[in-house]
Amino acid sequence: MIQIFAFYLFASVVIASGAFTILARNPVHSVLWLILAFFNAAGLMVLIGAEFIAMLLVIVYVGAVAVLFLFVVMMLDIDFAELRGGFMKNLPLGLALAAVFLAELIFGIGAYQAGNIALGEHALNPARMGASNIQAVGELLYTRYIFLFESAGLVLLVAMVGAIVLTHRKRVGVRPQNIASQVRRRPEDATRNTQPVVGEGVDL
Amino acid sequence: MTEFFQSTLGMGWGWFVANLILILLIALPVMLSVAIVIYFDRKIWAAMALRRGPNVVGPFGILQSFADAAKVFLQETIIPSGANKGLFLLAPIITFTVALLSWAVIPFDQDMVLADINVGLLYILAISSLGVYGVVIAGWASNSKYPFFSALRAAAQMISYEVSIGFIIVTVVLWTGSFNMNDIVEAQRGHGLGFVNWYGFNLLLFPMAVMFLISSLAETARAPFDLTEAESELVAGYQTEYSSMAFALFWLGEYANVLLMCTLNAVLFWGGWLPPVDWAPLYAIPGIFWLILKISAFFFIFSWVKATVPRYRYDQLMRLGWKVFLPISLLWIFLVSGYLMLTRYGV
Repeated sequence: MIQIFAFYLFASVVIASGAFTILARNPVHSVLWLILAFFNAAGLMVLIGAEFIAMLLVIVYVGAVAVLFLFVVMMLDIDFAELRGGFMKNLPLGLALAAVFLAELIFGIGAYQAGNIALGEHALNPARMGASNIQAVGELLYTRYIFLFESAGLVLLVAMVGAIVLTHRKRVGVRPQNIASQVRRRPEDATRNTQPVVGEGVDL
Repeated sequence: MTEFFQSTLGMGWGWFVANLILILLIALPVMLSVAIVIYFDRKIWAAMALRRGPNVVGPFGILQSFADAAKVFLQETIIPSGANKGLFLLAPIITFTVALLSWAVIPFDQDMVLADINVGLLYILAISSLGVYGVVIAGWASNSKYPFFSALRAAAQMISYEVSIGFIIVTVVLWTGSFNMNDIVEAQRGHGLGFVNWYGFNLLLFPMAVMFLISSLAETARAPFDLTEAESELVAGYQTEYSSMAFALFWLGEYANVLLMCTLNAVLFWGGWLPPVDWAPLYAIPGIFWLILKISAFFFIFSWVKATVPRYRYDQLMRLGWKVFLPISLLWIFLVSGYLMLTRYGV
Protein backbone atom coordinates (compact mmCIF):
# COMPACT_ATOMS: atom_id res chain seq x y z
CA MET A 1 0.00 0.00 0.00
CA ILE A 2 2.59 2.51 1.14
CA GLN A 3 4.97 1.39 -1.64
CA ILE A 4 2.33 2.05 -4.26
CA PHE A 5 1.62 5.44 -2.75
CA ALA A 6 5.35 6.26 -2.69
CA PHE A 7 5.80 5.08 -6.27
CA TYR A 8 3.01 7.24 -7.61
CA LEU A 9 4.19 10.20 -5.55
CA PHE A 10 7.78 9.96 -6.79
CA ALA A 11 6.82 9.15 -10.37
CA SER A 12 4.31 11.96 -10.71
CA VAL A 13 6.72 14.46 -9.17
CA VAL A 14 9.47 13.33 -11.56
CA ILE A 15 7.21 13.80 -14.55
CA ALA A 16 5.80 17.11 -13.35
CA SER A 17 9.19 18.58 -12.48
CA GLY A 18 10.59 17.29 -15.77
CA ALA A 19 7.83 19.16 -17.57
CA PHE A 20 8.43 22.30 -15.53
CA THR A 21 12.15 22.06 -16.32
CA ILE A 22 11.41 22.81 -19.96
CA LEU A 23 8.38 25.02 -19.37
CA ALA A 24 9.86 27.38 -16.77
CA ARG A 25 10.59 30.84 -18.13
CA ASN A 26 13.50 31.47 -15.81
CA PRO A 27 16.61 29.25 -16.35
CA VAL A 28 17.33 29.21 -12.61
CA HIS A 29 13.84 27.83 -12.00
CA SER A 30 14.54 25.23 -14.69
CA VAL A 31 17.66 24.04 -12.88
CA LEU A 32 15.77 23.85 -9.58
CA TRP A 33 13.00 21.78 -11.19
CA LEU A 34 15.69 19.55 -12.65
CA ILE A 35 17.13 19.05 -9.17
CA LEU A 36 13.69 18.06 -7.89
CA ALA A 37 13.44 15.56 -10.74
CA PHE A 38 16.85 14.06 -9.85
CA PHE A 39 15.88 13.79 -6.23
CA ASN A 40 12.62 12.01 -6.93
CA ALA A 41 14.33 9.71 -9.43
CA ALA A 42 16.60 8.74 -6.53
CA GLY A 43 13.42 7.96 -4.56
CA LEU A 44 12.30 5.63 -7.36
CA MET A 45 15.71 3.92 -7.23
CA VAL A 46 15.22 3.28 -3.52
CA LEU A 47 11.83 1.75 -4.25
CA ILE A 48 13.30 -0.84 -6.63
CA GLY A 49 15.94 -1.72 -4.02
CA ALA A 50 18.92 0.01 -5.65
CA GLU A 51 19.78 2.19 -2.66
CA PHE A 52 23.44 2.53 -3.65
CA ILE A 53 22.56 3.96 -7.07
CA ALA A 54 20.01 6.24 -5.40
CA MET A 55 22.61 7.69 -3.03
CA LEU A 56 25.12 8.09 -5.86
CA LEU A 57 22.47 9.86 -7.93
CA VAL A 58 21.92 12.36 -5.14
CA ILE A 59 25.60 12.81 -4.29
CA VAL A 60 26.84 13.16 -7.87
CA TYR A 61 23.97 14.81 -9.72
CA VAL A 62 22.22 16.82 -7.03
CA GLY A 63 25.27 17.51 -4.88
CA ALA A 64 27.84 18.33 -7.52
CA VAL A 65 26.64 18.55 -11.12
CA ALA A 66 23.46 20.53 -10.46
CA VAL A 67 25.24 22.88 -8.05
CA LEU A 68 27.68 23.74 -10.83
CA PHE A 69 24.78 24.16 -13.28
CA LEU A 70 23.08 26.48 -10.85
CA PHE A 71 26.36 28.30 -10.24
CA VAL A 72 26.74 29.05 -13.95
CA VAL A 73 23.09 29.76 -14.70
CA MET A 74 22.78 32.13 -11.74
CA MET A 75 25.53 34.32 -13.17
CA LEU A 76 24.06 34.45 -16.67
CA ASP A 77 22.73 37.72 -17.92
CA ILE A 78 19.45 36.50 -19.35
CA ASP A 79 17.47 38.13 -22.13
CA PHE A 80 14.02 36.58 -21.82
CA ALA A 81 12.76 37.92 -25.17
CA GLU A 82 15.62 36.29 -27.02
CA LEU A 83 14.99 33.01 -25.20
CA ARG A 84 11.36 32.99 -26.31
CA GLY A 85 12.37 33.72 -29.89
CA GLY A 86 14.69 30.72 -29.77
CA PHE A 87 11.76 28.56 -28.70
CA MET A 88 9.95 28.96 -32.02
CA LYS A 89 13.16 28.55 -33.99
CA ASN A 90 14.11 25.29 -32.27
CA LEU A 91 10.57 23.89 -32.17
CA PRO A 92 10.90 21.63 -35.29
CA LEU A 93 14.16 20.15 -34.00
CA GLY A 94 12.62 19.56 -30.59
CA LEU A 95 9.56 17.90 -32.11
CA ALA A 96 11.78 15.65 -34.24
CA LEU A 97 13.76 14.59 -31.16
CA ALA A 98 10.55 13.97 -29.24
CA ALA A 99 9.26 11.78 -32.08
CA VAL A 100 12.48 9.75 -32.09
CA PHE A 101 12.31 9.26 -28.31
CA LEU A 102 8.65 8.26 -28.47
CA ALA A 103 9.35 5.73 -31.23
CA GLU A 104 12.26 4.26 -29.27
CA LEU A 105 10.13 4.07 -26.14
CA ILE A 106 7.41 2.19 -27.99
CA PHE A 107 9.98 -0.18 -29.53
CA GLY A 108 11.59 -0.69 -26.15
CA ILE A 109 8.33 -1.56 -24.43
CA GLY A 110 7.33 -3.77 -27.36
CA ALA A 111 10.63 -5.65 -27.19
CA TYR A 112 10.27 -6.01 -23.43
CA GLN A 113 6.74 -7.37 -23.85
CA ALA A 114 8.03 -9.88 -26.39
CA GLY A 115 10.36 -11.39 -23.79
CA ASN A 116 13.87 -10.33 -22.85
CA ILE A 117 16.96 -11.39 -24.78
CA ALA A 118 20.39 -12.10 -23.30
CA LEU A 119 22.56 -9.20 -24.42
CA GLY A 120 26.23 -10.07 -24.17
CA GLU A 121 27.61 -12.06 -21.28
CA HIS A 122 26.27 -10.18 -18.30
CA ALA A 123 23.02 -12.05 -18.48
CA LEU A 124 25.02 -15.17 -17.58
CA ASN A 125 26.59 -13.47 -14.56
CA PRO A 126 23.84 -12.21 -12.30
CA ALA A 127 24.86 -10.44 -9.11
CA ARG A 128 25.45 -12.74 -6.16
CA MET A 129 22.23 -13.30 -4.30
CA GLY A 130 22.04 -12.00 -0.75
CA ALA A 131 24.92 -9.57 -1.21
CA SER A 132 24.19 -5.95 -0.40
CA ASN A 133 23.98 -3.46 -3.22
CA ILE A 134 27.44 -2.04 -2.65
CA GLN A 135 29.10 -5.46 -2.52
CA ALA A 136 27.30 -6.66 -5.64
CA VAL A 137 28.23 -3.55 -7.63
CA GLY A 138 31.78 -3.62 -6.31
CA GLU A 139 32.31 -7.28 -7.17
CA LEU A 140 31.19 -6.80 -10.76
CA LEU A 141 32.86 -3.42 -11.23
CA TYR A 142 36.28 -4.39 -9.92
CA THR A 143 36.51 -7.85 -11.45
CA ARG A 144 34.54 -8.39 -14.64
CA TYR A 145 34.26 -4.79 -15.75
CA ILE A 146 37.61 -3.55 -14.45
CA PHE A 147 38.85 -2.52 -17.91
CA LEU A 148 35.68 -0.61 -18.70
CA PHE A 149 35.85 1.02 -15.28
CA GLU A 150 39.48 2.03 -15.66
CA SER A 151 38.98 3.30 -19.20
CA ALA A 152 36.05 5.42 -18.02
CA GLY A 153 38.43 6.92 -15.48
CA LEU A 154 40.97 7.50 -18.24
CA VAL A 155 38.39 9.27 -20.40
CA LEU A 156 37.54 11.56 -17.50
CA LEU A 157 41.24 12.22 -16.92
CA VAL A 158 41.70 13.17 -20.57
CA ALA A 159 38.70 15.47 -20.37
CA MET A 160 40.14 17.11 -17.27
CA VAL A 161 43.56 17.58 -18.89
CA GLY A 162 41.84 18.99 -21.96
CA ALA A 163 39.89 21.52 -19.92
CA ILE A 164 43.07 22.61 -18.15
CA VAL A 165 45.02 22.90 -21.42
CA LEU A 166 42.24 24.99 -22.97
CA THR A 167 41.91 27.43 -20.08
CA HIS A 168 45.34 27.59 -18.52
CA ARG A 169 47.65 30.08 -20.14
CA LYS A 170 51.07 31.25 -19.17
CA ARG A 171 50.84 34.90 -18.24
CA VAL A 172 53.88 37.08 -17.95
CA GLY A 173 54.26 39.96 -15.61
CA VAL A 174 52.08 38.59 -12.83
CA ARG A 175 53.37 38.05 -9.32
CA PRO A 176 51.62 35.01 -7.88
CA GLN A 177 51.56 34.43 -4.18
CA ASN A 178 54.46 32.29 -3.01
CA ILE A 179 53.24 30.73 0.21
CA ALA A 180 56.58 29.13 1.09
CA SER A 181 58.52 32.39 0.84
CA GLN A 182 55.86 34.17 2.87
CA VAL A 183 56.07 31.60 5.61
CA ARG A 184 59.89 31.63 5.47
CA ARG A 185 60.05 35.40 5.97
CA ARG A 186 61.27 36.37 9.43
CA PRO A 187 60.71 39.65 11.29
CA GLU A 188 64.46 40.46 11.03
CA ASP A 189 64.25 40.50 7.22
CA ALA A 190 61.48 43.08 7.12
CA THR A 191 61.86 45.30 10.17
CA ARG A 192 64.60 47.09 12.07
CA ASN A 193 64.78 48.90 15.35
CA THR A 194 66.27 52.39 15.31
CA GLN A 195 66.75 55.13 17.85
CA PRO A 196 66.07 58.22 15.74
CA VAL A 197 67.42 61.55 16.99
CA VAL A 198 64.68 64.14 17.39
CA GLY A 199 64.45 66.39 14.33
CA GLU A 200 66.49 64.15 12.03
CA GLY A 201 64.07 61.33 11.34
CA VAL A 202 65.06 58.03 9.76
CA ASP A 203 66.20 57.19 6.26
CA LEU A 204 64.09 54.58 4.54
CA MET B 1 7.36 -0.18 19.01
CA THR B 2 6.87 -0.76 15.29
CA GLU B 3 5.57 -4.27 16.04
CA PHE B 4 3.11 -2.89 18.59
CA PHE B 5 1.60 -0.41 16.17
CA GLN B 6 1.62 -2.92 13.34
CA SER B 7 -0.31 -5.41 15.45
CA THR B 8 -2.96 -2.83 16.31
CA LEU B 9 -3.19 -0.73 13.13
CA GLY B 10 -2.11 -3.16 10.42
CA MET B 11 1.23 -3.33 8.55
CA GLY B 12 1.23 -0.11 6.52
CA TRP B 13 -0.42 2.30 8.91
CA GLY B 14 1.29 0.81 11.98
CA TRP B 15 4.68 1.35 10.36
CA PHE B 16 3.69 4.89 9.41
CA VAL B 17 2.50 5.88 12.89
CA ALA B 18 5.47 4.24 14.64
CA ASN B 19 7.96 6.02 12.40
CA LEU B 20 6.18 9.34 12.79
CA ILE B 21 6.54 9.04 16.56
CA LEU B 22 10.20 8.00 16.24
CA ILE B 23 10.93 10.95 13.94
CA LEU B 24 9.39 13.33 16.48
CA LEU B 25 11.39 11.60 19.21
CA ILE B 26 14.57 12.53 17.34
CA ALA B 27 13.62 15.90 15.83
CA LEU B 28 12.23 17.54 18.96
CA PRO B 29 15.25 16.77 21.20
CA VAL B 30 17.52 17.91 18.37
CA MET B 31 15.68 21.23 18.20
CA LEU B 32 15.79 21.56 22.00
CA SER B 33 19.52 20.82 22.06
CA VAL B 34 20.05 23.35 19.29
CA ALA B 35 18.48 26.00 21.53
CA ILE B 36 20.70 24.97 24.46
CA VAL B 37 23.77 24.71 22.27
CA ILE B 38 23.27 28.26 20.98
CA TYR B 39 23.23 29.42 24.59
CA PHE B 40 26.43 27.51 25.37
CA ASP B 41 28.07 28.81 22.22
CA ARG B 42 27.44 32.38 23.35
CA LYS B 43 28.52 31.59 26.92
CA ILE B 44 31.79 29.96 25.83
CA TRP B 45 32.51 32.76 23.38
CA ALA B 46 31.83 35.33 26.10
CA ALA B 47 34.03 33.53 28.62
CA MET B 48 36.94 33.51 26.19
CA ALA B 49 36.46 37.22 25.55
CA LEU B 50 36.24 37.87 29.33
CA ARG B 51 32.61 38.89 29.04
CA ARG B 52 29.57 37.49 30.83
CA GLY B 53 27.42 36.54 27.88
CA PRO B 54 23.66 36.07 28.19
CA ASN B 55 22.76 36.23 31.89
CA VAL B 56 19.38 37.96 32.12
CA VAL B 57 16.63 35.57 30.98
CA GLY B 58 16.19 32.71 33.45
CA PRO B 59 18.86 31.37 35.81
CA PHE B 60 22.31 32.08 34.27
CA GLY B 61 20.46 33.29 31.19
CA ILE B 62 19.71 29.73 30.12
CA LEU B 63 16.35 30.70 28.63
CA GLN B 64 17.96 33.29 26.33
CA SER B 65 17.51 31.16 23.20
CA PHE B 66 13.80 30.68 23.92
CA ALA B 67 13.38 34.41 24.47
CA ASP B 68 15.11 35.04 21.14
CA ALA B 69 12.87 32.49 19.45
CA ALA B 70 9.74 34.12 20.87
CA LYS B 71 10.92 37.55 19.78
CA VAL B 72 11.74 36.38 16.25
CA PHE B 73 8.42 34.56 16.01
CA LEU B 74 6.50 37.76 16.65
CA GLN B 75 8.39 39.81 14.08
CA GLU B 76 7.18 40.63 10.60
CA THR B 77 8.65 38.65 7.70
CA ILE B 78 9.97 41.29 5.34
CA ILE B 79 10.26 40.24 1.72
CA PRO B 80 12.29 42.64 -0.44
CA SER B 81 10.29 43.97 -3.39
CA GLY B 82 12.91 42.78 -5.90
CA ALA B 83 13.15 39.31 -4.42
CA ASN B 84 11.86 36.14 -5.99
CA LYS B 85 9.18 35.54 -3.39
CA GLY B 86 8.64 31.78 -3.63
CA LEU B 87 12.32 30.88 -3.67
CA PHE B 88 13.09 33.50 -1.05
CA LEU B 89 10.80 31.73 1.41
CA LEU B 90 11.76 28.25 0.22
CA ALA B 91 15.47 28.67 0.96
CA PRO B 92 15.32 28.75 4.80
CA ILE B 93 12.86 25.85 4.74
CA ILE B 94 15.33 23.79 2.69
CA THR B 95 18.19 24.59 5.06
CA PHE B 96 16.14 23.68 8.11
CA THR B 97 14.67 20.46 6.68
CA VAL B 98 17.97 19.20 5.35
CA ALA B 99 19.61 19.85 8.73
CA LEU B 100 17.08 17.50 10.36
CA LEU B 101 17.09 14.78 7.67
CA SER B 102 20.53 13.34 8.38
CA TRP B 103 19.69 12.44 11.96
CA ALA B 104 17.67 9.47 10.67
CA VAL B 105 20.76 7.29 10.32
CA ILE B 106 22.72 8.41 13.40
CA PRO B 107 23.01 5.54 15.94
CA PHE B 108 22.37 6.87 19.44
CA ASP B 109 22.90 3.51 21.11
CA GLN B 110 23.26 -0.16 20.22
CA ASP B 111 19.94 -0.41 18.37
CA MET B 112 18.75 3.15 18.82
CA VAL B 113 18.67 4.25 15.21
CA LEU B 114 15.66 5.24 13.12
CA ALA B 115 16.86 3.83 9.79
CA ASP B 116 19.55 1.15 10.09
CA ILE B 117 20.39 1.19 6.36
CA ASN B 118 23.51 -0.27 4.78
CA VAL B 119 24.32 2.96 2.93
CA GLY B 120 24.08 5.13 6.06
CA LEU B 121 27.26 7.09 5.50
CA LEU B 122 26.44 7.69 1.83
CA TYR B 123 23.02 8.91 2.90
CA ILE B 124 24.65 11.48 5.17
CA LEU B 125 26.96 12.58 2.34
CA ALA B 126 23.97 12.89 0.01
CA ILE B 127 21.91 14.91 2.47
CA SER B 128 24.78 17.20 3.45
CA SER B 129 25.38 17.93 -0.23
CA LEU B 130 21.80 19.19 -0.36
CA GLY B 131 22.55 21.72 2.36
CA VAL B 132 24.24 24.06 -0.07
CA TYR B 133 20.97 24.69 -1.92
CA GLY B 134 19.44 26.60 0.96
CA VAL B 135 22.30 29.07 0.90
CA VAL B 136 22.59 29.32 -2.88
CA ILE B 137 18.86 29.81 -3.42
CA ALA B 138 18.71 32.37 -0.61
CA GLY B 139 21.55 34.33 -2.16
CA TRP B 140 20.05 34.30 -5.62
CA ALA B 141 16.43 34.92 -4.62
CA SER B 142 17.34 37.92 -2.45
CA ASN B 143 18.24 39.82 -5.63
CA SER B 144 20.92 41.74 -3.80
CA LYS B 145 24.67 41.97 -4.26
CA TYR B 146 26.08 40.75 -0.96
CA PRO B 147 23.82 37.71 -0.59
CA PHE B 148 24.71 36.77 -4.15
CA PHE B 149 28.46 36.92 -3.48
CA SER B 150 27.86 34.86 -0.39
CA ALA B 151 25.92 32.26 -2.38
CA LEU B 152 28.76 31.93 -4.90
CA ARG B 153 31.27 31.53 -2.09
CA ALA B 154 29.10 28.97 -0.31
CA ALA B 155 28.67 26.86 -3.45
CA ALA B 156 32.40 26.74 -4.16
CA GLN B 157 33.34 26.18 -0.52
CA MET B 158 30.94 23.34 0.18
CA ILE B 159 31.76 21.47 -3.03
CA SER B 160 35.50 21.78 -2.34
CA TYR B 161 35.31 20.45 1.18
CA GLU B 162 32.81 17.72 0.35
CA VAL B 163 35.48 16.21 -1.88
CA SER B 164 38.01 15.89 0.93
CA ILE B 165 35.33 14.79 3.42
CA GLY B 166 34.35 12.06 0.96
CA PHE B 167 37.92 10.78 0.75
CA ILE B 168 38.40 10.94 4.52
CA ILE B 169 35.23 8.91 4.98
CA VAL B 170 36.55 6.35 2.51
CA THR B 171 39.50 5.59 4.81
CA VAL B 172 37.09 4.85 7.65
CA VAL B 173 34.89 2.75 5.39
CA LEU B 174 37.93 0.78 4.17
CA TRP B 175 38.88 0.00 7.74
CA THR B 176 35.35 -1.00 8.73
CA GLY B 177 34.30 -2.70 5.53
CA SER B 178 30.79 -1.22 5.76
CA PHE B 179 28.86 1.95 5.14
CA ASN B 180 26.48 1.19 8.00
CA MET B 181 26.86 3.67 10.87
CA ASN B 182 26.33 1.04 13.57
CA ASP B 183 28.92 -1.26 12.00
CA ILE B 184 31.39 1.62 12.01
CA VAL B 185 30.82 2.18 15.72
CA GLU B 186 30.99 -1.55 16.50
CA ALA B 187 34.25 -1.92 14.56
CA GLN B 188 35.85 0.58 16.94
CA ARG B 189 35.27 -1.64 19.97
CA GLY B 190 38.72 -2.35 21.38
CA HIS B 191 40.33 -0.94 18.27
CA GLY B 192 43.34 0.71 19.91
CA LEU B 193 45.66 -1.76 21.67
CA GLY B 194 42.67 -3.97 22.39
CA PHE B 195 40.99 -1.62 24.84
CA VAL B 196 40.56 1.90 23.43
CA ASN B 197 37.27 2.29 21.54
CA TRP B 198 38.58 4.94 19.13
CA TYR B 199 39.58 4.95 15.49
CA GLY B 200 41.36 8.18 16.30
CA PHE B 201 43.76 6.22 18.51
CA ASN B 202 45.05 4.49 15.39
CA LEU B 203 48.16 6.29 14.14
CA LEU B 204 47.11 5.84 10.50
CA LEU B 205 43.63 7.25 11.07
CA PHE B 206 44.48 10.03 13.53
CA PRO B 207 45.56 12.51 10.81
CA MET B 208 42.26 11.81 9.06
CA ALA B 209 40.40 12.56 12.30
CA VAL B 210 42.10 15.95 12.53
CA MET B 211 41.43 16.71 8.88
CA PHE B 212 37.81 15.66 9.27
CA LEU B 213 37.41 18.05 12.18
CA ILE B 214 38.82 20.94 10.13
CA SER B 215 36.78 19.97 7.07
CA SER B 216 33.63 19.83 9.14
CA LEU B 217 34.32 23.39 10.31
CA ALA B 218 34.53 24.40 6.66
CA GLU B 219 31.53 22.33 5.60
CA THR B 220 29.29 23.98 8.18
CA ALA B 221 30.80 27.41 7.37
CA ARG B 222 31.84 27.98 10.96
CA ALA B 223 34.65 30.30 11.97
CA PRO B 224 37.45 30.45 10.82
CA PHE B 225 35.85 29.44 7.51
CA ASP B 226 32.67 31.54 7.78
CA LEU B 227 33.41 33.36 4.53
CA THR B 228 29.76 33.07 3.53
CA GLU B 229 28.71 35.47 6.26
CA ALA B 230 31.91 37.45 6.71
CA GLU B 231 30.43 40.57 8.26
CA SER B 232 33.39 42.78 7.38
CA GLU B 233 32.95 42.07 3.66
CA LEU B 234 29.42 40.86 3.01
CA VAL B 235 27.22 42.46 5.71
CA ALA B 236 25.61 39.17 6.84
CA GLY B 237 26.11 37.16 3.66
CA TYR B 238 23.13 35.22 2.38
CA GLN B 239 21.05 36.14 5.45
CA THR B 240 21.28 39.87 4.81
CA GLU B 241 17.73 40.28 3.50
CA TYR B 242 16.14 37.84 5.93
CA SER B 243 14.12 38.67 9.00
CA SER B 244 11.92 36.99 11.60
CA MET B 245 11.13 33.25 11.25
CA ALA B 246 12.88 32.92 7.90
CA PHE B 247 16.08 34.13 9.55
CA ALA B 248 15.47 31.91 12.58
CA LEU B 249 15.12 28.84 10.35
CA PHE B 250 18.57 29.57 8.88
CA TRP B 251 19.94 29.98 12.34
CA LEU B 252 18.43 26.76 13.67
CA GLY B 253 19.44 24.84 10.57
CA GLU B 254 22.99 26.08 10.83
CA TYR B 255 23.36 24.98 14.43
CA ALA B 256 21.63 21.66 13.76
CA ASN B 257 24.23 21.13 11.02
CA VAL B 258 27.02 21.97 13.45
CA LEU B 259 25.63 19.43 15.93
CA LEU B 260 25.40 16.84 13.16
CA MET B 261 29.02 17.41 12.21
CA CYS B 262 30.06 17.05 15.87
CA THR B 263 28.12 13.78 15.97
CA LEU B 264 29.81 12.58 12.79
CA ASN B 265 33.21 13.34 14.28
CA ALA B 266 32.26 11.34 17.35
CA VAL B 267 30.79 8.42 15.39
CA LEU B 268 33.47 8.10 12.72
CA PHE B 269 36.62 8.52 14.73
CA TRP B 270 35.89 8.59 18.45
CA GLY B 271 33.68 5.56 19.08
CA GLY B 272 30.17 6.99 18.82
CA TRP B 273 28.05 5.56 21.63
CA LEU B 274 30.84 3.31 22.93
CA PRO B 275 32.59 4.33 26.14
CA PRO B 276 36.15 5.55 25.58
CA VAL B 277 37.71 2.38 27.03
CA ASP B 278 36.54 -1.20 26.53
CA TRP B 279 36.01 -1.88 30.24
CA ALA B 280 32.85 -3.68 31.40
CA PRO B 281 31.63 -1.29 34.18
CA LEU B 282 31.57 1.62 31.70
CA TYR B 283 28.97 -0.21 29.62
CA ALA B 284 26.54 0.12 32.55
CA ILE B 285 26.15 3.79 31.54
CA PRO B 286 23.77 4.06 28.56
CA GLY B 287 25.49 4.62 25.23
CA ILE B 288 23.54 7.77 24.46
CA PHE B 289 25.26 9.41 27.45
CA TRP B 290 28.69 8.75 25.93
CA LEU B 291 27.55 10.03 22.56
CA ILE B 292 26.17 13.25 24.05
CA LEU B 293 29.39 13.69 26.04
CA LYS B 294 31.44 13.38 22.86
CA ILE B 295 29.14 15.70 20.92
CA SER B 296 29.46 18.29 23.69
CA ALA B 297 33.25 17.96 23.65
CA PHE B 298 33.32 18.57 19.90
CA PHE B 299 30.91 21.45 20.18
CA PHE B 300 33.22 22.98 22.76
CA ILE B 301 36.08 22.66 20.26
CA PHE B 302 33.94 24.33 17.59
CA SER B 303 33.15 27.25 19.92
CA TRP B 304 36.73 27.45 21.06
CA VAL B 305 37.95 27.73 17.48
CA LYS B 306 35.29 30.34 16.74
CA ALA B 307 36.38 32.43 19.72
CA THR B 308 40.10 32.27 19.06
CA VAL B 309 41.00 31.78 15.38
CA PRO B 310 40.87 34.72 12.94
CA ARG B 311 38.95 34.32 9.70
CA TYR B 312 40.65 32.80 6.67
CA ARG B 313 40.96 34.63 3.38
CA TYR B 314 38.94 33.03 0.61
CA ASP B 315 41.94 32.04 -1.50
CA GLN B 316 43.56 30.50 1.57
CA LEU B 317 40.41 28.49 2.16
CA MET B 318 40.45 27.14 -1.39
CA ARG B 319 44.16 26.42 -1.18
CA LEU B 320 43.68 24.44 2.02
CA GLY B 321 40.85 22.44 0.49
CA TRP B 322 42.29 21.62 -2.91
CA LYS B 323 46.04 21.77 -2.47
CA VAL B 324 46.46 20.41 1.05
CA PHE B 325 43.51 18.28 2.14
CA LEU B 326 42.72 16.64 -1.21
CA PRO B 327 46.25 15.31 -1.92
CA ILE B 328 46.78 14.22 1.68
CA SER B 329 43.47 12.39 1.89
CA LEU B 330 44.13 10.68 -1.45
CA LEU B 331 47.55 9.62 -0.22
CA TRP B 332 45.95 8.31 2.96
CA ILE B 333 43.47 6.16 1.05
CA PHE B 334 46.49 4.64 -0.65
CA LEU B 335 48.29 4.12 2.66
CA VAL B 336 45.28 2.70 4.49
CA SER B 337 44.34 0.31 1.71
CA GLY B 338 47.97 -0.77 1.41
CA TYR B 339 48.18 -1.41 5.14
CA LEU B 340 44.92 -3.36 5.10
CA MET B 341 46.10 -5.43 2.14
CA LEU B 342 49.29 -6.32 4.03
CA THR B 343 47.73 -7.10 7.39
CA ARG B 344 44.11 -8.10 6.91
CA TYR B 345 43.90 -9.57 3.43
CA GLY B 346 47.45 -10.94 3.35
CA VAL B 347 48.73 -10.23 -0.15
